[in-house]
Amino acid sequence: MSGILNSSIARKFAMALSAFFLMFFLLQHFAINVTSIFSADIFNDLSHFMGTNPLVQYALQPVLIFGVVFHFVMGFILEIKNKNARTVKYAKNNGAANSSWMSRNMIWSGLAILAFIALHFYDFWFPEIKTKFIEGDMSGLIDANNAESGLRYYEELQHKFVDVWRVVLYVIAFVFLALHLLHGFNSAFQSVGANNKYTKGLKTFGKLYAILIPLGFVVIALFHHLNH
Amino acid sequence: MNLTLKIWRQKNANDKGQIVTYPITGIEGDMSFLEMLDILNDQLITNGDDPVAFDHDCREGICGMCSLYINGEAHGPDRLVTTCQLHMRKFKDGDTIFIEPFRAKAFPVIKDLVVDRSSFDRIQHSGGFISVNTSGNTQDANSIPISKNAADEAMDAATCIGCGACVASCKNSSAMLFVSAKVSQYALLPQGQVEATDRVLNMVKQMDEEGFGNCTNTGACEVECPKGISLENIARMNREYLSASLKG
Repeated sequence: MSGILNSSIARKFAMALSAFFLMFFLLQHFAINVTSIFSADIFNDLSHFMGTNPLVQYALQPVLIFGVVFHFVMGFILEIKNKNARTVKYAKNNGAANSSWMSRNMIWSGLAILAFIALHFYDFWFPEIKTKFIEGDMSGLIDANNAESGLRYYEELQHKFVDVWRVVLYVIAFVFLALHLLHGFNSAFQSVGANNKYTKGLKTFGKLYAILIPLGFVVIALFHHLNH
Repeated sequence: MNLTLKIWRQKNANDKGQIVTYPITGIEGDMSFLEMLDILNDQLITNGDDPVAFDHDCREGICGMCSLYINGEAHGPDRLVTTCQLHMRKFKDGDTIFIEPFRAKAFPVIKDLVVDRSSFDRIQHSGGFISVNTSGNTQDANSIPISKNAADEAMDAATCIGCGACVASCKNSSAMLFVSAKVSQYALLPQGQVEATDRVLNMVKQMDEEGFGNCTNTGACEVECPKGISLENIARMNREYLSASLKG
């Protein structure tokens, strides 16, 4: 096993595993968010569960953070190694003749998503951590001293999407997410060695996933902006 | 047709090198790309200049020596051909054509358009073989049952001529298509099973040591490969490598 963890194939395998985990997380995140269009109560209940359940908070959340950090750190490592593999560039290179823009620019779409994650953490995650773990308010209520005030999550969500610039930034980020997934979904399967009779169908499914999930997030952001 | 050639000129491995412009006239569409370069070199020699160094051997698409990056693509704009099989009819009168060597840290330039691809040889030496008893008691290969599908896929992989177009086309200079073809041609056959574990581990190790980049599955290698080697081989090598790693 010595040296295997440093091999190019093992690195790509690890990259693919973290990608599978993140794509599953994205689906789960979308499934909860989309309820906010149909029912404020269901969204509030699900958000409260995710925000206070010990298994989610203390087991799954650290795994998720590790998955995100691992994916982008390994992405940077691979990018640097790949750049070093060609020290003299071509005077003329026609990449579009043989590969998609998405596949050649994963680092840029990835960086855009990373910037979005920073904004998303500033918008939602840091305030949550402050409320729950610094101020010690685990009630999830709009007014912690008033049990009748109702859960705060839906109201916070609507409040965030009042500003049009935030909606614009979110929409741009989801476009980059779609571009990243359009290559990344099927690339992850190839990296773990899955290229067989199911690949054709999987490619179609991957394209649908890559377009519909980010589009769904765009719809949610626009819905709350327009219905505040 | 009249063309403007922009060719990479580099005196030796240590020279910095630069693109030099050469106008050329009287090129016929039926000429191969290498014949066009022959005409240029005739002119350069007549004028007392140093001819452009480029690799070539068979000129029938099987030796894999003519490693030229033409107008931003390995072996030029045509598909499933090497540079010697590329005809000038693929270009138009008045075109400007960039001609560069295959670029990769693992393919250092020796002179002009000639690169050193011995890194491929070292990968092959590290595991691209099977051990056969040659004492006179060698079993006839045809006596070993092999399914038609496995034989066909192994043959498809074995058509790789090691030209390096996959490395040249890959934005990461990855050699995964070449190595995976060499791993696959044995992995699919019973004769290759005995050394299967060591083969894939050693070949990938050597590939990494040579300084090739990582595969990001852009698929550029498959598109530019003159022999149409499939990305399925890379997936097969990934599987072979992971299972070999677990076996140790």
